[in-house]
Amino acid sequence: MSKKYLPLVATIAVFLALFLVGGSMYRNFLSTLVLGNILADNAFIIIAAIGATFVILSGGIDLSIGSMIGFVGVCMAVLDRMGWHPLATAAVMICFGILYGALQGFIIDYCDIQPFIVTLAGLFLLRGLCFMVTLDSVPIRHDFVDLYASAKIPLPGRGVLRSSAIVMLAALALAIFIAHFTRFGNNVYAIGGDKESARLMGVNVRRTTIGIYAIGGFYSALAGVVYALYTSSGYPLAGSTLELSAIAAVVLGGTLLTGGVGMVAGTLFGGMILGLISTLIIFHGSLNSAWIMISSGVLLFAFIVLHRFLVSSFDLRGTS
Amino acid sequence: MPVWLKAIVQSRAVWPVLALVLILIVAGSVSPNFFEIRIVEGRLFGNLIDILYRAVPTALVALGMAVVIGTRGIDLSVGSIIAIVGAVIVWRIKMGDPHITILFSALAAGILCGMWNGFLVSALRIQPIIATLILMVAGRGIGMLINQLYGGTDPSFESALLQWMSTGSIWLIPTRLILAAGIFLALWLLIRRTALGLFIESVGGNAAASNLAGVKAGLIIFVAYVLSGLLSAWAGVIMTADTHTSDPVSVALYIELDAILAVVIGGGSLAGGRIYLGMTVIGALVIQALTTATLISGLPPEYNLIIKALVVLSVLFLQSANARKAIGSLVSRRAS
Amino acid sequence: MNATAIDKPRVEMRSIGKSFPGVRALSNVDFTLYPGEVHALLGENGAGKSTLIKILTGALNRDAGEIRLDGKAVNFNSTGEAQAHGISTVYQEVNLIPAMSVTKNLTLGPSRDALGVISWGKARKRAREKLSRLKLNIDTEQPVGSFSVAVQQLVAIAHALDDDTSVLVLDEPTASLDAQETATLFAIIRDLKARGMAIVFITHFLDQVYEISDRISVLRNGNLVGTHMASEISRQDLISEMIGRELGEVEATLAHKAESGPGKQKLVARDLGRKRTLKPFDLTLHAGEVVGLAGLLGSGRTEMTKLVFGAIRSDSGELHVDGQDMSGATPRRSLASGIAFCPEDRKAEGLVGDLSIRENIMLSMQAKRGWLRQLPRREQEKIAGEMIRALGIATPDAEKPVRQLSGGNQQKVVLARALASNPGILLLDEPTRGIDVGAHAEIITLIRKLCNEGMALLVASSELDEIVAASDRVAVLRDREKVGEIDGADINRDNIIRMIAGDDSGQH
Repeated sequence: MSKKYLPLVATIAVFLALFLVGGSMYRNFLSTLVLGNILADNAFIIIAAIGATFVILSGGIDLSIGSMIGFVGVCMAVLDRMGWHPLATAAVMICFGILYGALQGFIIDYCDIQPFIVTLAGLFLLRGLCFMVTLDSVPIRHDFVDLYASAKIPLPGRGVLRSSAIVMLAALALAIFIAHFTRFGNNVYAIGGDKESARLMGVNVRRTTIGIYAIGGFYSALAGVVYALYTSSGYPLAGSTLELSAIAAVVLGGTLLTGGVGMVAGTLFGGMILGLISTLIIFHGSLNSAWIMISSGVLLFAFIVLHRFLVSSFDLRGTS
Repeated sequence: MPVWLKAIVQSRAVWPVLALVLILIVAGSVSPNFFEIRIVEGRLFGNLIDILYRAVPTALVALGMAVVIGTRGIDLSVGSIIAIVGAVIVWRIKMGDPHITILFSALAAGILCGMWNGFLVSALRIQPIIATLILMVAGRGIGMLINQLYGGTDPSFESALLQWMSTGSIWLIPTRLILAAGIFLALWLLIRRTALGLFIESVGGNAAASNLAGVKAGLIIFVAYVLSGLLSAWAGVIMTADTHTSDPVSVALYIELDAILAVVIGGGSLAGGRIYLGMTVIGALVIQALTTATLISGLPPEYNLIIKALVVLSVLFLQSANARKAIGSLVSRRAS
Repeated sequence: MNATAIDKPRVEMRSIGKSFPGVRALSNVDFTLYPGEVHALLGENGAGKSTLIKILTGALNRDAGEIRLDGKAVNFNSTGEAQAHGISTVYQEVNLIPAMSVTKNLTLGPSRDALGVISWGKARKRAREKLSRLKLNIDTEQPVGSFSVAVQQLVAIAHALDDDTSVLVLDEPTASLDAQETATLFAIIRDLKARGMAIVFITHFLDQVYEISDRISVLRNGNLVGTHMASEISRQDLISEMIGRELGEVEATLAHKAESGPGKQKLVARDLGRKRTLKPFDLTLHAGEVVGLAGLLGSGRTEMTKLVFGAIRSDSGELHVDGQDMSGATPRRSLASGIAFCPEDRKAEGLVGDLSIRENIMLSMQAKRGWLRQLPRREQEKIAGEMIRALGIATPDAEKPVRQLSGGNQQKVVLARALASNPGILLLDEPTRGIDVGAHAEIITLIRKLCNEGMALLVASSELDEIVAASDRVAVLRDREKVGEIDGADINRDNIIRMIAGDDSGQH
């Protein structure tokens, strides 16, 4: 087995271990019901994290994720009040997300500025736009929301796959296809592995960078749509600091923050680990959300150190 | 263009100061009483004082950030450090420590956080942005946990000492301004009157060359993060005393972004190698003046975010070689 | 070979000129390339080889001259355009993505359909085809980084070779290959040549030049020294062309040499070495003595200075300075014990570009004093001022960022830093690289002056005449091994060249 799969294996191992720990502590934990709920409750984070995976694979970072989720949410809600069909709004918002991401990617490559700073400005801008749209929490009342909430596919056992989870899995399939079966995906890995080499090997770095952040924008906007439909409301503060969870999910999913190594599928498990932790803590009752943050921090630390030593000991950066 | 004009235009101080003046002029024209300064209850009041007063926490954090950025690093965990410091203060107060001890415990907590970051970056050689992300994610949780040490039901407190340091005044001047000026001076002396500043800038500018020149790059980087932790802790003391409570979840949210922004507005490059302490303070003032001006002009405070974003983007755009070239050729084409 | 002379050239570069700020990288260089020939391009670092290649492959734009491809004038604005015209390059540092599999690497490249779906089955087949042309049979699903550098090199060649590639540029392809691997590579080069490929081969291994190439061009300081049939130029003449240089002014300093005999031993290295870097060597430096390090590019000159300074950690032998054991010392400790070092690559290892001249000069001295005891500003200015005067650094004041200085002045700043730390032993790696003739003579004079004041100096240089002019003793390196020393009156060009070329049976 190639060493580069080691982080992914570690991710799945951690996921299974947490799941078994939960099973040994609580009677009803090891069930498709819990699994289905975790998938549905964390669908928007995982969707956003899938987009972030592309960005991080290329050696970049996208801080505008949380604000995008909030902005899409308030737009969905306000346009709903104006009588738009949620699906029409969703289509418009997703197009907006793609364009916004592409713009960020263009600025990053053209001005040669760290992605961190550009997407930070992106974060401010979108959050500000949220407040321009509305300052209140606005409900989404369209019938489609009820349809969305009730649609489900039964799983073996008592569990069900809710619409959010279905959308998430479809988004994941699309991402796996893009990342692993297109030239674009191949280029993403190359830029993350070594941007200068990639350029010398003939990869169009600007076009690819724009594409990467456009994909990031697409997935954050999609996450915003799912979040809005899931909570059936839009709130201008929604999604604050969600970019951190998304980045954490990507890292826990075995993608190196330095870029170039990782798999999109890992992000699903990374997001599920975060979901499992909160579920476990909620099951426990006496623990609170402090432990969610601390345990994600500790796991993050463990994975970052693991990656650090993988890179240096297995010489993934080459011998020349 | 005459030489003196050229010198002014090319000076790195000119744009941030110009921006600050411009914001103040716009604010003054919108609100006629903007520049008025009154004395109320033995303390100066007025918009200008208010800008200085409110800019103190951001400025302190930004100064630490400037030092870290000087080493070609970044510290994302400053907000979390403030959360932890706040929780430590309330916890020790509930435990009945003398308040002067509490002040030192709070600063020690910040130093400890800085040491953790410094250890990750200099000893484990983890990229700064990644290394400090860990504490950024976990820090607020740690703060909440500390709040639980005393039950966590009532995180509010009273402390004459700490509140005097934050919201009190000496003669007419707010104490926090005097203390901040003292800290700035101390930091300036540390950076510019010892060789620390030279070492930090040389490590940030070219770590390999610095090592060959005999500079202990690892130690220097470590010290930079400790300084950042300490300065964040001071900001934490001020913010916690101001609100009389510890609220790890939402205290100082996005302060790391404001601090980085202040450094960038002050002319610091994220590529490291230079520390501009004075300009960083100007940067923090620009951010606060923007916020205050937005408020006064009657715009909803939330617009502040958009204005900030536009400021960042235009600053970055002006700094980018590619964009400059494009603008330059556009201008010269016009002229010819 | 006669066939090529009749053929039309595939590439003609005429009167190529290129300047960078402060440096004239190429002037008036002609270079032709025929189909089915291997054309070796030789020269020391900074001679202009890579600039010439980059102009050919579209990575740089030329300032003057013209390029003809099959008789038609061409202008390449990017490597992509050159590739589209059949000119491909394999760079010195293998440019592949180590973490990606061989197949994925070979699938990378300019492509019109970025969103195009990849069928990995087909891609794998194509990758195997490409590799089989180079007789390489490896598991294409393994990451490139897991293979030896030799295999990576071949994969890089496979990536560069398209169906319509007619010109292949190989930049130091054998730098990290062993004999066996080199032989494999040469077999492939011969095969490509037989199929009519025009190949540019850059290397510093003379044996390989004679083994594989048909013609040889030598560049020095941005000028073409000559183009020869490989069969018609002797090894010694070739070395002479590469590293010889007339230096009338400098030779005058010869007279001042050896005013006093060498003093006491300052530095003794025994069996100091490091695997794959430099074979264990012995070296002694005396007070008031200049030891020159001569050898071709890649022979281990830089490595020797760095091993002595501790910038490269040794894995064998010991080092004593003034009787004190300094084996395994860090640069910091070396400095503290009075060794100073001026690295060859000033930009990467010497200067902090954003800092001022004064700050750069003070750095080592301050590091020695520790961070708390900052030298008073007035003192700093005094020392910086003295150094600027003594070394003749051309600048209006000491506060100018070093980045803005010319190459020669930058070099002097590096030297000033070393001198300001008041060393007893000074290690100089290429102290005159890339600087004009005037400054060149000044630095040689300075070296002699320091020596006469009792300093021990080790000077590595690619300029043979400089070594001859400055040294009391010369250590000669060949292929990462110290092969001998030449003393006193025996120091002359011919003796050194003979030893470098390897027919020095009598010397030692």
